[in-house]
Amino acid sequence: MKIHEFQAKELLRKAGVAVPQHMVATTADEAAAAFKQLGGPLAIVKAQIHAGGRGKGTIKDNPQQRGVQLVRSADEAAKVARNLIGNKLVTIQTGPEGQTVRRVLVEAGCDIARELYLGIVIDRAAAMPVLMASSAGGMNIEEVAEKTPHLILKEPFCPDAGLQPYQVRKLAAKLDLNPSPIRGGVRGGGSAEKFMRSLCRVFVDLDCSLAEINPLVVTKLGDLIALDAKISFDDNALFRHPELAELRDTSEEDPNELRAAAAGLSYVQLDGSIGCLVNGAGLAMATMDLIKLHGGEPANFLDVGGGANTEQVTEAFRILLSDKEVKAVLVNIFGGIMRCTTIAQAIVEAYKQVGFNVPLVVRLEGTEVEQGRKILAESGVNIIAAKDLTDAANKVVAAAK
Amino acid sequence: MSILINKNTRVVCQGITGKAGEFHSKNCLEYGTKLVAGVTPGKGGQTALGVPVFDTVYEAVEKEGVDAAMIFVPAAFTADAILESVDAGCTVVVAITEGVPVLDMVRVYNRLQTERRAAGASSPPCVRLVGPNCPGVITPEECKIGIMPGYIHKKGGVGVMSRSGTLTYEAVWQLSNVGLGQSTCVGLGGDPIVGTSFIDLLELYQDDDQTEAILMIGEIGGTAEEEAAAFALEHVTKPMAAFIAGRTAPKGKRMGHAGAIIAGGKGTAAEKIAALEAANIEVAQSPADMGAALQRAIKRTT
Repeated sequence: MKIHEFQAKELLRKAGVAVPQHMVATTADEAAAAFKQLGGPLAIVKAQIHAGGRGKGTIKDNPQQRGVQLVRSADEAAKVARNLIGNKLVTIQTGPEGQTVRRVLVEAGCDIARELYLGIVIDRAAAMPVLMASSAGGMNIEEVAEKTPHLILKEPFCPDAGLQPYQVRKLAAKLDLNPSPIRGGVRGGGSAEKFMRSLCRVFVDLDCSLAEINPLVVTKLGDLIALDAKISFDDNALFRHPELAELRDTSEEDPNELRAAAAGLSYVQLDGSIGCLVNGAGLAMATMDLIKLHGGEPANFLDVGGGANTEQVTEAFRILLSDKEVKAVLVNIFGGIMRCTTIAQAIVEAYKQVGFNVPLVVRLEGTEVEQGRKILAESGVNIIAAKDLTDAANKVVAAAK
Repeated sequence: MSILINKNTRVVCQGITGKAGEFHSKNCLEYGTKLVAGVTPGKGGQTALGVPVFDTVYEAVEKEGVDAAMIFVPAAFTADAILESVDAGCTVVVAITEGVPVLDMVRVYNRLQTERRAAGASSPPCVRLVGPNCPGVITPEECKIGIMPGYIHKKGGVGVMSRSGTLTYEAVWQLSNVGLGQSTCVGLGGDPIVGTSFIDLLELYQDDDQTEAILMIGEIGGTAEEEAAAFALEHVTKPMAAFIAGRTAPKGKRMGHAGAIIAGGKGTAAEKIAALEAANIEVAQSPADMGAALQRAIKRTT
């Protein structure tokens, strides 16, 4: 689950990680008021959407307006907020349609001496959370990782013991940071030790899957401040953090993906013309590959899971057919625990209820396959039966043309 | 011999009184698995499917001599269930449950590593955890611990290891159809952190007399396939084929499995396929080609 920057900063502030003073505005007037209340000579207005790349992103019908802008007066804050709120911001991560900005963050400026990168993810190879740090802050960190991997420092840490002070000293030496606090820092800036250890603690306490500070600013006084913050949570662990549920912003999520999740399906929207309905994630991915290999383009990834019933299959068909790009649908089921007869009945039922308007190719294999095929053949619905994977791919690609 | 489990393996099901646990325990019993006990805290003294239910795994070990555990408890309690069966002395622990928080698995994994170190670097690992979020392990016609459909399997010489469920059934189906039976099939699980890696299994398959060839089914995300390829080049002499699912998956999108995500440009299908080919492993280009690819690999080396 992803959350907004302002929500992430609030969680960090509560955990003792230094963030700039900030306020959230949903109107131009609120943005102007926020500027005055922050009381500085300048402030930053930042569009709040879940996608990254906001600083370089632009408003769809107003390419002059970027997603993040420095302002020097309340009037200017209001003007920028007006340009952003209610409009679509297009960034490298949103796709060409962009995402609607519903609120902005108005944030006090700070004296930037240097920009660093800090991020925490689970390192699969080490089977530990790992704190990554780099002096190449503010940049696209994936590019840094690819071109200059030696610039990324990594410190795995035990979730229960947390990041140790020696690990902070080690990183601080390499990043040329003073690990102990320089007193008299402004705006609640803190030492590297407090900053890094608190960040690691947040990651573990809230079951994050990602916690990223980019850039992490070193002020002219030597304090560390999180200028940006991105946090996402492990969906599997949300059950033990009921307080995080209210941070969910469903308006930022793909409506079809939400709908699928509500029906217990796993769905990812893609941009091809062949809808897929498959049981199992691995087989679903392999089915997408198969379509592509035979010259087609998958419109989605859809895993109905191990125990799909008629309701789920019906809902899955509805989701597939709501995508106007879909020109044909492929159902690929390997009946293991799920019997082919069950899925065949569900397909026939769903086909009748949904009102299919594109060709449907079905490949069934596994438990009770003969009876399953018989149900389809005798149902009277217009289904193109495929005898194996390759046959299925050829038929659905031809049907979509 | 097979790997991990065989006809003598004595199995306890943790969560046998739950819906999924009972359903799949029944299937395992019908397949011929020596499932001799169940564990559900608070339900000790009852029987389920004709086997005794205990409050703890310790009692199942003591009274029924179990040495393997199959776990069906809810995700919130899975880490605890794994650690209990390990502590009670089970040497093979298969966790089927999906949706386990990743930090729980960090703790479990590191605890197992610590035990392995304590057992001594030269001795084999004392415990094998398979999963979580996996279809399980099957040694055809001997023992099935998991949710796979038993009837598609045939006894034979192919070791099958996979990060996926239904795609593994597809592969096994293709193998059985071309007359290639299996020694032991292992579903590693689709989560970012799982107990057993491809490399762990390659070591076991290489040393197993019954296993004559190996089929690996990987998917995008992580670097497990690349590492397995490098290991195979050095240590595996048996014919190997592989398939990688997800070559058309877009960057940054999670495809059902928590592990199946391309992050930071790493873990793409192209990188994995290049690594496999560099290690002389026959790569199936299409998921319809997995059985045939292994046939080619066997032909090439004989």
